[in-house]
Amino acid sequence: MTIAVEKNPPVKLPNEPAITDQVVAEHGLAKDEYERLLKIMGRTPTMVELGIFSAMWSEHCSYKSSKVWLKKLPTKAPWVIQGPGENAGVIDIGDGQAAIFKMESHNHPSYIEPYQGAATGVGGIMRDVFTMGARPVANLNALRFGDPSHPKTRHLVSGVVAGIGGYGNCMGIPTVGGETNFHAAYNGNILVNAMTVGIAPTDKIFYAAAAGLGNPMVYVGSKTGRDGIHGATMSSTEFNEDSESKRPTVQVGDPFVEKLLLEACLELMATDAIIAIQDMGAAGLTSSSFEMAAKGGLGLEMALDKVPMREEGMNPYELMLSESQERMLMVLKPGREEEARKIFEKWELDFAVIGHLTDTERMVLSWHGDIVANIPIPPLVTEAPMYERPWTLTDLPATLDASKVPAPQDWAASLLKLMSCPDLASKAWIWHQYDHLILGNTAIRPQDGDAALVRVPKTSKGASHKGLAMTSDCTPRYVQAHPETGGKQAVAEAWRNITATGALPLAVTDNMNFGNPQKPEIMGQFAGAVMGIAEACKVLDFPVVSGNVSLYNETEGRPILPTPTIGAVGVIDDIAKAVGSRLTQGGLAIVLVGETKGWLGQSLYLRENFGREEGAPPPVDLAVERRTGDFVRAQINGRRVAACHDLSDGGLLVGLAEMCIAGGTGVEVAQPAGNAVPSHAFFYGEDQGRYLIATGSADEVLSEATKAGVPAVVIGYSGGASLAVKGLLSLPLADIKAAHEGWLPAYMNAAE
Amino acid sequence: MKASVLVFPGSNREGDVAQAIELVTGRRPSMVWHGDGDFEKTDLIVVPGGFSYGDYLRCGAMAAQSPVMAEVKRRAAQGVPVLGICNGFQIVTEAGLLPGTLMRNSHLKFVCADVHLKVETSQSLFTNRYQAGQVIKVPVAHAEGNYFADEDTLKKLEDRGQIAFRYCAPDGTVDGTGNPNGSIRNIAGVFNETKTVMGLMPHPENATESMFGGTDGKALFEGIVEALT
Repeated sequence: MTIAVEKNPPVKLPNEPAITDQVVAEHGLAKDEYERLLKIMGRTPTMVELGIFSAMWSEHCSYKSSKVWLKKLPTKAPWVIQGPGENAGVIDIGDGQAAIFKMESHNHPSYIEPYQGAATGVGGIMRDVFTMGARPVANLNALRFGDPSHPKTRHLVSGVVAGIGGYGNCMGIPTVGGETNFHAAYNGNILVNAMTVGIAPTDKIFYAAAAGLGNPMVYVGSKTGRDGIHGATMSSTEFNEDSESKRPTVQVGDPFVEKLLLEACLELMATDAIIAIQDMGAAGLTSSSFEMAAKGGLGLEMALDKVPMREEGMNPYELMLSESQERMLMVLKPGREEEARKIFEKWELDFAVIGHLTDTERMVLSWHGDIVANIPIPPLVTEAPMYERPWTLTDLPATLDASKVPAPQDWAASLLKLMSCPDLASKAWIWHQYDHLILGNTAIRPQDGDAALVRVPKTSKGASHKGLAMTSDCTPRYVQAHPETGGKQAVAEAWRNITATGALPLAVTDNMNFGNPQKPEIMGQFAGAVMGIAEACKVLDFPVVSGNVSLYNETEGRPILPTPTIGAVGVIDDIAKAVGSRLTQGGLAIVLVGETKGWLGQSLYLRENFGREEGAPPPVDLAVERRTGDFVRAQINGRRVAACHDLSDGGLLVGLAEMCIAGGTGVEVAQPAGNAVPSHAFFYGEDQGRYLIATGSADEVLSEATKAGVPAVVIGYSGGASLAVKGLLSLPLADIKAAHEGWLPAYMNAAE
Repeated sequence: MKASVLVFPGSNREGDVAQAIELVTGRRPSMVWHGDGDFEKTDLIVVPGGFSYGDYLRCGAMAAQSPVMAEVKRRAAQGVPVLGICNGFQIVTEAGLLPGTLMRNSHLKFVCADVHLKVETSQSLFTNRYQAGQVIKVPVAHAEGNYFADEDTLKKLEDRGQIAFRYCAPDGTVDGTGNPNGSIRNIAGVFNETKTVMGLMPHPENATESMFGGTDGKALFEGIVEALT
C-alpha cells in the first residue's frame, strides 16, 4: 500500500508560484526558520509544504517563544489524568468521573469580526473538550475591551457578546460565568478568552495519538471551504491599520452543525470504534493530522481530493490550511467505517475516509494521484524553532503609602462611583444574552457567587450530587505593575473564588495573553507572570492541566496589559453544602476573614477617584492564602456559613455592597474599634487573602478561626434595606443597585 | 403516564424536560427521534426547546415540516395532549396546532432570565395544579418569543379562555415591566380550542428543584400527570 516516497518526489502543481524570498516572508517564516526547513526537507519545498511549515511553526501552533517558560509550570497531581499537550486537561473528580477543560483565546479574529470571531472561539473550545469524549456542561468567558469612550468599543462588546451567545445558546451548553473588563490598553486589541468544562467517564477518555498501521483516517463534520486560510499565521502577528483587510482569514461558524457533530461524536464514542480523534482547530487539517501522526510515531498518507469540499476549484494548499469550523479527524478501527458512517449520515454530516496510517513517519499528501507534499513528521515537530528570547523583568514599584491617598470627601458618592465604574458595574446586560440555565444544573448563577456552580450527574442512586465550581480570573493592572505578583494574584483569586463556594480547587487552565515577545520587556512580563503562576500553583496544589498562549497582542506597537487569564475548576462532594455570595436574610453576623492592612496601590479606588494607576500591587502571601482558604472552606462545609464572598477589586465595601444587592438585604457595619488603618484604606484597600462570611454561628466561626490562626472579626450584622457604615455612610440598596446595574445598559443603548 | 419527547436535529432542551417529567413520574419519558416518523402509543407528546434545524429559515418552520409532525397532528386530533415549550411552541405554531406566531424579541436580543407569569386559568390539564391569577416564577431563554396574533384571533383566544399564561410583574400586574420580549397582551402561552395542546415560551422544566431555579414549574408537570393518570 505504502507509496515508496523517495521514488516519488512531489510534483509542482500547475499555476504554483515559485518559492521566492518574498513568498517565504509572506508565510511568516524568518530567514533562519526557512533554512531550518531546507535542512529538514533537503530540497526546495512545494507551496503546500511551505504552507504546512508556516502554519506548524507559527507562534500560535508551535509556542516557539513561550515553550521554554511554560515548562516551569507545575502540571502534576494525583488527580491529574492528563496535563497540557492534549486537546484539553483532564482531572479525576471521583466516582469514575473526570472533568475535562481548557481555555483558549480568539483575540485577533474577534477584533476583526467580533460576532464570528467570538462565536468560533466558543465553538473551537467546545470541540477541544468533546473531542476527548466529554459532554460539555458549562462555558465561561473572559473578555477585555478598550476604553468605553473609544469609538469601536460599543460595537465590539455588542458583537462579541452576541457571537458567544449565538454559538453557546444553540449548542445548548450553559454559559455560567466569566469576567469583563475595560481598559484603554485594549483599544486596538481586545481579548476574547473562552473556556469549556465537560464531564466524561474516566475510562472513556479519547486521545489524539494515532495507532495501527493501515488504519483508516476519517474526516467528519462540515465541508472544507476557503475560510480562515492562514488564521494561525494571522494570529501570530501584530495588528496594523491593514488588519481589518484580513477579515477573510476569520472563520465563520455554524453552531447547528457543531451541535450535530457533538451528538454524532458522542454516539460513536459510545461504541469502541474510535482509536484516536482530534478536532481541526487552528491550522485545520495540517495541525490535526500532524499531531495525530506525531503522537502515534507513525506516518500518514492522505488523498486530499477525498476531502469534502464546499466549493469547486479548491487546491491542496487551501485544503491543508483552511480553518473551516466544525470538522474532526479520527482514526477508526479497521472494518468499523460503515458503522461510523451510518451515525454521521443520521446526523446529516459529511463522512469520508481520506487516508491511512503508515510506518514511514512521513506525511504524504496526494491530489488526484500526484504527490503534492512529502514531509518527514518527527523533525517538523522536534526541530521546530524554539526561542529563548531576551527578557527583562519589571521592577517592583514602590509601595504606595495609604496615608498619601486622600479619603473620599463624600463616602456615599465614592461607593456609587466604584459600583458603577465599567470594571465593577453589573454585567447582567451581557450574561442575560447567554443561556445560563439550560441542562437544569446551574446552582450558582452569574453574579450570585464568586464561582459558578453546576451539578454533576450522579453515577449511582443514593449518593449525593457533586458540584463543579468554575471561575476565570485575572487582574491585568496588577500584572502590568508587577507581573510576578500579578501572576500569583490571578491564581490566588481563582483559588479563592472556588473556595468561597465551599468547593475544593483542583486544577487550572491558563490563557496567556501578551504583547510582542520579541520585545524584552514583554518577554519579561511573560516570564514574570509564569514565575508567579508557577509558585502559586505549587503552593496551592493547583496544577496547570491545559492552556493557550496568545502573543503579538499589539496594535501599532502598543501592547495590551499583560493578561494571564486563569480558568479554574473545583469540586464539592455534596452540592447542597455549597453557598453563594447573596445576603438573603437579616440577623447574620458579617465576619471579615483575613488581614486588612489597607493596600491602596493599584486599587480601583485610586484609579476611579483620582485617575492614578500607581504603586505596587497588593502582595500575595501564598501560605496565608492557603491557611485562610482552607479555614473558610471548612466553615462552609461545616454548614456554619449562609453566604461567602471573596474580597478583590474595590475592596471590602464593594464586596459588601455586592452581597447586599445580590440578595436584597442590607447591613450595618463599622470599622473594628482600635483598628488603626485609615478608614478609606480599610474599606477600599485591595489586600489579598480575604473573605466576607455571613453566619448565624459567629462564636463558633471565630473560635475556629483562632484555632486555625486566621484573623477574623465581626464587623456588623445583616438587616434592613440599606448599606450603613458607622460614621461614614448609609445608602439605600435601591440606589446602589440602580448605579450598579444601570451603567452597562445605558452605555450600550446610548446613541452611536 | 407515558410521555414521549420529540428530538429534532438541533433540539437541546429535551434532556431538561425529560428530567422534569422523570422527577414527577419516576419514569423516564421515551425520546423519539424525528426521523423515526411513527412512535408508540403515548399519553403526552412534548416538543422541547432548542434550535431545531439551527433556527434557519424561521424558528420552527423546518421542524414543522418533518414527517413526524404529521403524526403529531394526527394524534393531537385524536385528543393526545401536546406540550410545546420554547422552540417547541414555535414548531407547533408553525405546524398550525396553535394560533399566532413568535417573532424576534422586541429588543432584538436573546434573553435568559427569570420572569413572572400570571396563570390565566386552572381549567386545563396543563394548569390544573395552579390557581387562576396565581403568579409563578420560571425562566425564559429565547431570541424569538415575541408572540403575535391579529386582533380577531386575539379576541377569540380571550373569549374562549385560550390564554394560558401572561408575563407580569412580581405582584401580578400585567404591564410592560414584566414583558421580556414584547409579546402582544403579554401572552406567554396559549391553548388550542380544546385545551389539549399548549405552547409556551418560558421553561417550567427549568424550575422544578429548589436549588436550581425554584419549584414553580413543577406543578405544571404534576398537573399533567394527575390529569393523565
